Amino acid sequence: MDTTHPAGSVGAVSPQRASFVEPLALRCGRTIADYELVYETYGTLNAERSNAILVCHALNAAHHVAGFYADDPQNIGWWDNIIGPGKPVDTNRFFVIGVNNLGGCFGSTGPMSIDPQTGRPYGARFPLVTVEDWVAAQARLADHLGIERFAAVMGGSLGAMQALSWTRQFPQRVRHAMVIACAPNLSAQNIAFNEVARQAILTDPDFHQGDYYAYGLTPVRGLRVARMVGHITYLSDDAMASKFGRQLRNGKIGYSFDPEFQIESYLRHQAGKFAEYFDANTYLRITKALDYFDPGFDTGGDLSKALAAARAGFLVISFTTDWRFAPERSREIVQALLRNQLDVTYGEIDAPHGHDAFLLDDPRYHALVRAYVDRMHAELSDIRR
Amino acid sequence: MKGPRADFAVIGGRIRPGAKVLDLGCGDGSLLRYLRESQSVRGYGIEIDDDKIPACVKNGVNVLQMDLESGLSGFDPGSFDYVILSLTLQAMKNSERILAEMLRVGREGIVSFPNFGYWRNRIQLAQGRMPVNEDFPNHWYDTPNIHLCTLTDFESFCAQHGIRILERIVLHGGREVTTLPNLRGSLAVYRFGSSAI
Repeated sequence: MDTTHPAGSVGAVSPQRASFVEPLALRCGRTIADYELVYETYGTLNAERSNAILVCHALNAAHHVAGFYADDPQNIGWWDNIIGPGKPVDTNRFFVIGVNNLGGCFGSTGPMSIDPQTGRPYGARFPLVTVEDWVAAQARLADHLGIERFAAVMGGSLGAMQALSWTRQFPQRVRHAMVIACAPNLSAQNIAFNEVARQAILTDPDFHQGDYYAYGLTPVRGLRVARMVGHITYLSDDAMASKFGRQLRNGKIGYSFDPEFQIESYLRHQAGKFAEYFDANTYLRITKALDYFDPGFDTGGDLSKALAAARAGFLVISFTTDWRFAPERSREIVQALLRNQLDVTYGEIDAPHGHDAFLLDDPRYHALVRAYVDRMHAELSDIRR
Repeated sequence: MKGPRADFAVIGGRIRPGAKVLDLGCGDGSLLRYLRESQSVRGYGIEIDDDKIPACVKNGVNVLQMDLESGLSGFDPGSFDYVILSLTLQAMKNSERILAEMLRVGREGIVSFPNFGYWRNRIQLAQGRMPVNEDFPNHWYDTPNIHLCTLTDFESFCAQHGIRILERIVLHGGREVTTLPNLRGSLAVYRFGSSAI
């Protein structure tokens, strides 16, 4: 392993893949056979196989959670600030797994992959996968790695929804769930933003009903607009105001449709970067998975009933300026957990950054995760003794 | 403060083993930890201070970061056996509301507060100054204590608000005071229920 990496980094990492032949029944009624999941691991699985933490990703991230690639040292994992040796999620103590979900575009089987039945990319034929399907696929990966029970499953935003879903789909396989910047389902406003993003992609002439690969095209314009809309919802009004305000790029108004305000050029830049590496079909499916997630729906809108099977201990964290998944939404989760008399710690961090705060290293937030993970470690040591 | 606070043992002695307890303003979770270890209670704490939340986690205590001043709306009626407000009442803005909320969420409430009627406070006041002593270490301008009361004040409040006092324990220096408690006791602990029952 590279010894020149900065302190606290897990160092150079490389993705691995696991293949699954047993068909997986999906919520939409279809099944998928012969799929692969790409994943990374950090730290060492202990002899009891009890120290594994699964990290679930949100909309635009994947299995590359921590460390960097030897041939691409700038490509640092998306949650590297919280995971690593001596970091809040300490890889000296825990075996951490990041996985790209089914339907993803970073190596796991998804719309870009070749459909063995046709020899062509799945494209439009790739099923609409749900949070529950992802969790079921992750459970297969856990079987593959010989992990019966996770010390914790954790995630932020859509990743947190997976962590929450784990506790009801596989109650015996999750000791703790860290549910950060989550909501028990999407609000009408959340769905509305997702629909704008989808419409941008679906109406892009280069979309070709999802089979754009055959034409050597990608619906770049649609994907850019989709990302812009999404990005706006990740930031707080205050964060945008303090970062950009009404600053002009050239100091004066030009009476044109070129990017004039700094926020415009920032959004265009972010969107352009995103459209280069992200697949539009995956984006469509992930926004749908978000829209469909609603554990309480199966129990007549009663979230506490939906979580009745859960046995995990919970760490729930929200951020005061997150208007996408506001603290009230996390408190709904907390209330459902309380009604089930489950162990729960809830932190409401007064961070200024909006939804994106879960990716940033606010000291109060990280101190809480650290304390919780330390406690998990003490618990493991108690069991061993 | 080293070791369990004086009111811990008194509160612990009033709580049924295995009970479900909500501790309002739980600080670093010491009381809940004490109650878990001594009475096997199933407890949750509420605390607002960022620094105290990880401290509770270290103590193995379930803690919810919320502002007591906005009530206990996230909690179902009668969902706890006991709701405790330990040395927090005097620092709350909405003292009236929180006492009502305690009896909505819990079957019984336990409150502890420093007795402003304690003789040393009275002497300092008689000398023309706001008390500054062991129980009230802050000055008038930097004290978090905004709603101070005496035993008599608290009891008449309860009478007026349909709160039935089930038990009163008055302490000084960790020992129970039975004679002239409003003068000789520096710390009051009350267990109370709703008079409707």
